[in-house]
Amino acid sequence: MIDIYLLEAAINGILLGGVLGLLALGLNLIFGVIDVVWICYAELIMMGMYGMFYMVSVYHFPFLVAAVLTVALVAVLGVLLHVIVIAPLLNAAPINQLLATGGVLAFLQALATVMFGIDFRNLGIRMPVIEVSGMYISYARLLAFGTALAGMVAVYLFLSRTYTGTAIRAIAQDRQIMPLMGVDTKRIYVVTSAIGGGLAGLASCLLVLQYDVQPFIGLTFGPITFMICVLGGLGNMIGGFVAAFVFAEIISISGLYMDLEWGYVFAFVFFIVMMFIRPRGLLARRS
Amino acid sequence: MTAALSERPMAGVLSPRLNRALPWVVGAALIALPFVYNAPYPMHLMVVVLIWSFAYTSWSVMGRFGLVSLGHGGFMGVGAYSVALLWNYFHLSPFLGMPIGMAVTVALALLVAYPCSRFRITGHYFALVTLALSAIVLQVATASRDITGGSLGYTPERVPGGSSILAFQFTDKLTWYFIALGVWACGLWIRWGVDHSMIAYALEAIAEDEDAAGAAGVNVTSEKLKVTALSAAMTALAGGMYCQYQMFISPDTVSGISVSLQMVFASVVGGIYVLPGPTVGAIITILLAEGLRIFFGTGALGWDNLVYGTLLVVFIIFLPQGLAGAAWNRLTGGRRA
Repeated sequence: MIDIYLLEAAINGILLGGVLGLLALGLNLIFGVIDVVWICYAELIMMGMYGMFYMVSVYHFPFLVAAVLTVALVAVLGVLLHVIVIAPLLNAAPINQLLATGGVLAFLQALATVMFGIDFRNLGIRMPVIEVSGMYISYARLLAFGTALAGMVAVYLFLSRTYTGTAIRAIAQDRQIMPLMGVDTKRIYVVTSAIGGGLAGLASCLLVLQYDVQPFIGLTFGPITFMICVLGGLGNMIGGFVAAFVFAEIISISGLYMDLEWGYVFAFVFFIVMMFIRPRGLLARRS
Repeated sequence: MTAALSERPMAGVLSPRLNRALPWVVGAALIALPFVYNAPYPMHLMVVVLIWSFAYTSWSVMGRFGLVSLGHGGFMGVGAYSVALLWNYFHLSPFLGMPIGMAVTVALALLVAYPCSRFRITGHYFALVTLALSAIVLQVATASRDITGGSLGYTPERVPGGSSILAFQFTDKLTWYFIALGVWACGLWIRWGVDHSMIAYALEAIAEDEDAAGAAGVNVTSEKLKVTALSAAMTALAGGMYCQYQMFISPDTVSGISVSLQMVFASVVGGIYVLPGPTVGAIITILLAEGLRIFFGTGALGWDNLVYGTLLVVFIIFLPQGLAGAAWNRLTGGRRA
């Protein structure tokens, strides 16, 4: 018989993978279309989590209303980030763009420290735990997994079925030609930034159910999200999705045998090793 | 890169002769300084600035060639923890501990840099792979809490009496000032040497176009590895120095992404293409943090980073050559630093 704890860890890994996949999707979309890495992506999520905390716990908004507002709020943050920081640097060296968003990372962390303090905060919502044949599955994780999947499908449909979505995919394929074809690149970049921000907002609504929010929480999700994107091949959304599950399983299953930190260590080591075996991503063809 | 150097073709204010005398004048002034004025707190600030200036200069040794590493937080952590752990567990003097830490760091750096170079992992990818490296060092230091004390930090055992040359522990700020000054000067000298060597031409060519450089006969991998090893070793030494001076290290203060970003950030604000750039960056960032701390007290928590973050973004957008870089261009008319 399969070890029931192992199975439980594996299932939790899949559930975690859904959320990580959602995180990676937003970042991948931004990279694929605008060719910029938002190092501060996890900090946008942190701001969203604070938004949720204040709306739900302090001002007593209904959860769903707060969630919609949070998605909108972080989408606006994404647009602001693009307009204020990225747009002036579009023709600068890629590494300057990376560093500028690194500055935004420090800025947002500090802003949260100054505005909200360094206390750990949570919504205080207790989600039930579901028992399935001796295994305990958290409802919050299940909900997060389901919503993350739904969000990903929605983005997929948007990209494949709408006119704007098609334009976004076209830009991702060729940044030089599309403006000649009459696509307004600036507008597409703003729309993409809004979607990327919106996905971060959605992720923050889900994560706030499972984690306490504090100004440095981004450092917990941030590195892992970048590594998932790189492992999947930056800009490759399906690759990112696969990589998210691989990472989540490594973290979840190693967490069963030792401290959680070692799970992250293994995941990071796995990442570095994979970079050498498949430098252009898991699903990339070898050149 | 070339744009930053050749931006101002006008004649400079500093003549070449003055330019050559400048390091000696500044050096003599810094050596004389504590004999004129040596209040403990400013001395402490000077030591901290010098140690971090050395660390930032170490980063810029490779950073200025477009090899933007976010792994240096990890290198510094390995350097610092090696010294402290070897001292506490094996009573190995830091004079041996530091070289061992540097050797371990170089090995680690090469382990990552070699495949990176072979498989053409550059730019974004290089930054993110090295970011993983500093995240690993942070997590390992935190997770092996039975050995390293985890996130609570770690203290090298003090020698009775507080000062000992063999233990590299000094209670006297003046001693530390001269040690830090010497190491910092060596750091600048090494970077100056690299900037004026054949390696610099090779690496500049690589930064412009890797294929073309390779075709012109530059051994891309070997040149990159040389400068990476040098930079990593210097950063590890900075970590060891920091550990011995502060007598306390924790995963967050010597390793991880925040430290990596801090290095990149200060160097960029000061200017990575000119020799004094990282030092100027260290002075600005540390004085800013201290100033805000004194002015606001504990209420300053976060304000320094708020200002840093804003400055970093503003600098990268409007002044990518940094403060010292801009000043240098204005003074010299863009002659090679």
